[in-house]
Amino acid sequence: MNDKLLPLDRLRVGQKGVVMDIAATDSEKRRFWDLGLIRGTTVESLHKSPSGDPIAYFIMGAVIALRNYDAEKVLVASSM
Amino acid sequence: MTVKNIALIGNPNVGKSTVFNGLTGLSQHTGNWPGKTVSLAFGTFVHRGQAFSLIDLPGIYSLMANSPEEAVAIDYLRQKKPDVVVIVADATCLERNLNLAIQIAQAYCNVILCVNLLDEAKKKGIQIDLDTLSRLMDIPVVGVVARSKKNLDRLKDQILCTSRNPADPDSVLADFTEEIITDSVNRASTIYRACVRLERKDYNAPDRTLDRIVTSKSLGYPIMLLLLSLIFWITLQGANHISEYLHMILFGLQDHLFVLLTSWNAPVMLIDMLLFGVYQTVAWVVSVMLPPMAIFFPLFTLLEDSGYLPRVAFNMDRCFRRACAHGKQALTMCMGFGCNACAIMSCRIIDSQRERLMAILTNNFVPCNGRFPTLIALISMFFAGLSAGPLQDVIAVGLLVAVILFGVIITLIVSKILSMTILKGLPSSFALELPPYRRPQFVKVIIRSLLDRTIFVLGRAVVVATPAGLIIWVLANTYTGETSLLNIFTNALDPFAGLIGLDGVILMAFILGFPANEIVIPIIIMTYMATGSITELDTLQLRTLLVENGWTTTTALCTLLFCLLHFPCGTTCLTIRKETASWKWTAAAFIIPTVSGLIVCFIVAQTLYLLGV
Repeated sequence: MNDKLLPLDRLRVGQKGVVMDIAATDSEKRRFWDLGLIRGTTVESLHKSPSGDPIAYFIMGAVIALRNYDAEKVLVASSM
Repeated sequence: MTVKNIALIGNPNVGKSTVFNGLTGLSQHTGNWPGKTVSLAFGTFVHRGQAFSLIDLPGIYSLMANSPEEAVAIDYLRQKKPDVVVIVADATCLERNLNLAIQIAQAYCNVILCVNLLDEAKKKGIQIDLDTLSRLMDIPVVGVVARSKKNLDRLKDQILCTSRNPADPDSVLADFTEEIITDSVNRASTIYRACVRLERKDYNAPDRTLDRIVTSKSLGYPIMLLLLSLIFWITLQGANHISEYLHMILFGLQDHLFVLLTSWNAPVMLIDMLLFGVYQTVAWVVSVMLPPMAIFFPLFTLLEDSGYLPRVAFNMDRCFRRACAHGKQALTMCMGFGCNACAIMSCRIIDSQRERLMAILTNNFVPCNGRFPTLIALISMFFAGLSAGPLQDVIAVGLLVAVILFGVIITLIVSKILSMTILKGLPSSFALELPPYRRPQFVKVIIRSLLDRTIFVLGRAVVVATPAGLIIWVLANTYTGETSLLNIFTNALDPFAGLIGLDGVILMAFILGFPANEIVIPIIIMTYMATGSITELDTLQLRTLLVENGWTTTTALCTLLFCLLHFPCGTTCLTIRKETASWKWTAAAFIIPTVSGLIVCFIVAQTLYLLGV
């Protein structure tokens, strides 16, 4: 399974992933938790901004834009 | 009878303020982006003989305090221990909202879940089983459509009923560990799946399609510019006609007033002072400044209510990241178009102190509603040609957009400089919610903001323009030797003002305009008229007046730039002091735009002088 782990920002548009780990400091983690990004959450990459950064994701029924610098701290297993 | 305390809480952008207004009948502006409820709003209502005091807490995502906003809400819950906590949730985005609801339901006993925006959910084919939701959450649930006040009485009944239960004096907020959060997120998902049925799996497909268009590589920026241009174009078109009309009425009225006052045998000096000092200044404010303000404001509010502005922030984020600024600074800048003081308050949506200060210090580079008409007036008088025509319109709108873009560029440059000097640091992590698009309430927004703006501007005109008009009249009519005090004063400013392409009168107008930017142009007009012989003037002859007083294209350009880049108005300065709790930062917010303006105007003026323009 490990070979399929990838940073959130590397999901292709339209691709879904399940959060496996968050590699961040405690205070950063709490921000991710706030958004519903915890182990086991499914995330879908929705669309990129004109410059490709930030990217909008579908998380727990809401559309949330994250900068790639932050999103890469969230490791997901892609489901396809 | 004791008054029961009710707290409204919820994620940002769930229509909490609309529920608040619906319950209390108090009018309050509700916005469509995260964190718009910037200060705590209080209200009261009486239901079946019981009085309630209602507080609208800032929108939060969880009970973990990550931002000052969240801390305010959490502190309130901790310390005030309200009798009832009403959680407002967005029916179209329930899963996410349930996370907070679960956390609150665990910490408090007297909790009601109010599911708002049921009409939007219905349109999207989202069916919510409110009874099951109530059973699984183990708290009362009321579904409402706050906009049309549907079911608000049921909510009141429920509040009354719940408030009769004794409040738990020992309710505590647990410290949040990963386990607790995981648990509440998982429960939110489980409950969501049990209560919500989607008629169409792709219920938000229209939103996604629209998002892909307005944020696409090829169309994202053009659409932004087009929308901005469209708003400017409508403003320009409408304002011109209304301006002329108002001018005709107000200056016609002046003659009647003159006849009336003379018939009362009022002293000539008093008539002179009241009519040509006070009345005319106010009339200029109303006829020249009011129309663009009254048109632009509702248009922008419509755009704001539709949910488009967070997409602008999404598109623009790259620029702000480069400047080491927060992505939400784009939102606070957009707020600046309405009012810089309000925008300063909205900077609270930025968690990090460093980036918040950056947004506050640079906010004034966005021309507010009070400076906007000055830009319009200067552009249409000096750069777009006086004759109306499609080409002139295009030029005028294009120039206006260019001026705004110039302000944005200056914002980014100054932000970058700040981040390398007094506000060193890296951008903090940020998450920007792109809320569902909503159809703005056209009629309500237009009527409300038109009335609000008109009354607001009229009020300010009377409060600020009256004394300003009086001062100018007195100065113009007090002589020491051959010259009036006004001349002495403006002559003293002339040499310095000349360096930056202005003249003493213009600089004085900006200084006297400190309480309110919308009186700058009226003061310039009044001062020239006081020193000259013209007493009657229509809006079309304004250019003649200015040119007779030595205005060139350079003067107009520098005035335009200085209007964009100068110290914030008095209200904004006070707001900055309040928000930063520091005179030092207030001074910085005053000095930075002023110095930027002086530098830019100096360079432009000297270059144009050298080129012999």
